[in-house]
Amino acid sequence: MSSLGKVRPHQTQNEGLVFEKSAPGKRGYKLPPLDVPEVDAKAALGSAYREEKAGLPELSEIEIIRHFTRLSTWNYAIDLGMYPLGSCTMKYNPRVNEFVARIEGLADAHPYRPESLAQGVLEVIDLLQRCLIEITGMDTITLQPAAGAHGEFTGILLVRAWHESRGNARRKILIPDSAHGTNPATAAICGYQVENLKSNAQGGIDLEALERQVDEDTAALMLTNPSTLGVFENEIHKIADILHAKGALLYMDGANMNALVGKVRPGDFGVDVMHLNLHKTFSTPHGGGGPGSGPVACKKFLEPFLPTPVLTREQGSGNRDQKTNSELHWEYDRPQSVGRVRAFYGNTGMFIRALAYILANGPDGLRQTTEDAVLNANYIRKNLEDLYELPYKTPSMHEVVFSDKRQAVKGVKTGDIAKRLIDYGFHPYTVSFPLIVHGALMIEPTESESLEELDLFIDAMRSIAKEVEETPDLVKSAPHSTRVSRLDEVQAARKPILRWRPEAK
Amino acid sequence: MRYLPKSPAEREQMLKAIGAKAIDDLFSTIPAEYRLTRDLDVPRQQGESEIVSYFKAAGQKNATDYASFLGAGCYRHYRPVVIDALVQRGEFLTSYTPYQAEITQGTLQAIFEFQTMIAELTGMDVANASMYDGSTGAAEAVLMAMRVTSRQKAVVASTVHPEYREVLQTYLRYRDLPTAEIGYVPDSGRVDLKALEADVTEETAAVLVQSPNFFGVIEDIPAIAEIAHKKGALLIVSIAEAVSLGVVRPPVEADIVSMEAQSFGVALSYGGPFCGVIAAKEQYLRQMPGRLAGQTVDGNGNRGFVLTLSTREQHIRREKATSNICTNQALVALMATIFLTVYGKEGIRELAEHNLAKAAYAAKTLSAQPGAKLLFKDSPRFHEFVLQTQEPAAQWSQRLLDEKIVGGLDLGRWYPELKNATLWCATEVTARETIDHAAKVLAAAPVEA
Repeated sequence: MSSLGKVRPHQTQNEGLVFEKSAPGKRGYKLPPLDVPEVDAKAALGSAYREEKAGLPELSEIEIIRHFTRLSTWNYAIDLGMYPLGSCTMKYNPRVNEFVARIEGLADAHPYRPESLAQGVLEVIDLLQRCLIEITGMDTITLQPAAGAHGEFTGILLVRAWHESRGNARRKILIPDSAHGTNPATAAICGYQVENLKSNAQGGIDLEALERQVDEDTAALMLTNPSTLGVFENEIHKIADILHAKGALLYMDGANMNALVGKVRPGDFGVDVMHLNLHKTFSTPHGGGGPGSGPVACKKFLEPFLPTPVLTREQGSGNRDQKTNSELHWEYDRPQSVGRVRAFYGNTGMFIRALAYILANGPDGLRQTTEDAVLNANYIRKNLEDLYELPYKTPSMHEVVFSDKRQAVKGVKTGDIAKRLIDYGFHPYTVSFPLIVHGALMIEPTESESLEELDLFIDAMRSIAKEVEETPDLVKSAPHSTRVSRLDEVQAARKPILRWRPEAK
Repeated sequence: MRYLPKSPAEREQMLKAIGAKAIDDLFSTIPAEYRLTRDLDVPRQQGESEIVSYFKAAGQKNATDYASFLGAGCYRHYRPVVIDALVQRGEFLTSYTPYQAEITQGTLQAIFEFQTMIAELTGMDVANASMYDGSTGAAEAVLMAMRVTSRQKAVVASTVHPEYREVLQTYLRYRDLPTAEIGYVPDSGRVDLKALEADVTEETAAVLVQSPNFFGVIEDIPAIAEIAHKKGALLIVSIAEAVSLGVVRPPVEADIVSMEAQSFGVALSYGGPFCGVIAAKEQYLRQMPGRLAGQTVDGNGNRGFVLTLSTREQHIRREKATSNICTNQALVALMATIFLTVYGKEGIRELAEHNLAKAAYAAKTLSAQPGAKLLFKDSPRFHEFVLQTQEPAAQWSQRLLDEKIVGGLDLGRWYPELKNATLWCATEVTARETIDHAAKVLAAAPVEA
């Protein structure tokens, strides 16, 4: 094991499944006495009565605390160290975000409460909307989508509705071969054919190919900018022009917005519609896989198609609406809308957190954040490019993508290097993505890493490169320091066990 | 900026190492004409105390001291404090999708426990790791049924949450999937079985109902299932009030259950984040959307968990995936898992019985007021009920608001045939005195000539 000083082994507690800790008669709750007459449930519900109780566990409170605390210690997290998962923007999740999202009056606001009693939360939503419109350089926005992929879905629905309003929905969506899997999946669920757009030698959009492929049947190009290689499409304006000349739209996947905030605005470089990931760029916690939030910002001409309802402000503040005594309203009467994409108004708890982040930063903080994110990625690139193959030499923005070409000669793959990083105290980078790089190592440090942590990461990666030369089997069998070693994924998929059952005890 | 861990000198040092003169050298690929040369027009940088004050003021402006009878897909239940204590552990809060199983066993085992609890509650064989919410989950369940049956038509009950139905229409917009809407029997508030029987054909992929339905009435699931299955259609049951399963018979005849788990310890939060989940019979597993955690072993035979069957998902299958869903609601699913562990086998029953009792008392008390009447009176209900008043809802609801009570939800917006009808909800946190108070205010209607 390395002597790099980042980690030392420590013990973690064993813990079974919560069902295995259960025993009849143990309790973790106490309800207050009922202040109304009891009801004979069986008599009241008749055949709808549940005879057999659900097989939930029975534990005391201390056991519950220990159970979930023990499980938590088996996780790696941003709070423990660098989490350079490319494309996921694993930045610091400020604790004040969590605090304000739980404030009374916000956390307990029912979505159907009268608007006159909801002006506080509506003002929060309104301010966030205005900030995000300014940051993206777009004209209008919906916060309704629940995550990035849901935002993509919403955005492509807007594209389709707009084309339809002009008499032809068109048939296909162009998607670069470097795109996230959600892009083609989204196009397909919106009823579009997916046409692959091959990247050029620099990993960017091939303008000639684009010109050839865009036609009157093309609804839009779904573009990630910076691309999944972390490269800014420097001919972005030409891309937009080519599309617009044929009546097609430019959709931007905002997954990599952390490279742009405060430095350049998609609305200024020709993007018609885009989504943001509040859980990436705007610091809401990833939570082990959500909740996210995927606002969609767009240009004015797409506004009539936004999901219902849309937040509107009564003209001339101070002149309050007579009926509801409110300034901010949800507007439902939108005949051209694509409809709702979610019940209620979206993941409001995430809006509160994202706004807290924007307020904590201000314009100077947001710009500095972007600059630090790009600085960190370039620092890693500079310090690893002699040992790891850089398939595309184009300048990096917020992430850098290497390949395992040199290590593969020794039979070591990107997935092995990733597992070995765990032993050094880091979460792995994103493995084998984007698909245009064979054996990709996609590294996104974000702005949240100190120089010290970056240097430790670089040391670890350099040390692993050396191990690949000297003791490749050590890398191929990693990790060596975790509670469990590599898990048998084939067995998991062949005979899926997706729930605990008493007989399996 | 307090979240950024670098000194100016360190930034200089790093730039030098990279070989850049200034930070803007690293942004040189952005064409100059697009670079932002001014500050963003957003509020100035604020201290933590200012941020807290801003949101506290917003919370207060929202009016905090109102009692409420609102439900309709978003339910007030007590949230045990251990939930927030545990989900705010950084190891849960600040980790991501458990792609690297060796260092995310905590999240993976918790998902596996969640899947087990949901399967137990719903009477289904398997459940996924979560969906965005109940509305998108119901829409995805219909798409799943289309894939399973290779059929192209859906029949939807009008007693499914109106906003869920709107979301379904959005999801089906470009699918050429016609939907038929089935009404309810005016007396019972339950799905019109005769109409259903007439509309379900050999082309029907799925019948979607909700139980307890939007009126709080429990549907006759066995009868609906029989009608659907006779024609080879799948039955999807949407459950918006998950606590009901403590005392209401699970929809075991269903093929797919789409549930909103918000009631399990998740704050109202003005409508989200919530926690959808899809559960199903095992034979439909390969058509399920979303993530699944599965049990396996490591090289030393230790039990462990991994994300599995991912060949259904977008990162592998791209445009042929079962759904485009990627990030789901993992942390909210963890809240639900902790909630269900706190209440457990006996507690969830007791909790559901308290809800039943409160709502029964509220329904009886409120409908006893002059001019008020309980609709669908003889149908089995959980904790919501529909009250019809002679007086327009707008009038008495203003009187209630003056007394700091938010009354039932006006149904006219979605069901114009139900004149002056409102949907009320009472849960274990609704105090008897609030119910009595609301009844008094209701009764105080100005006497008409």
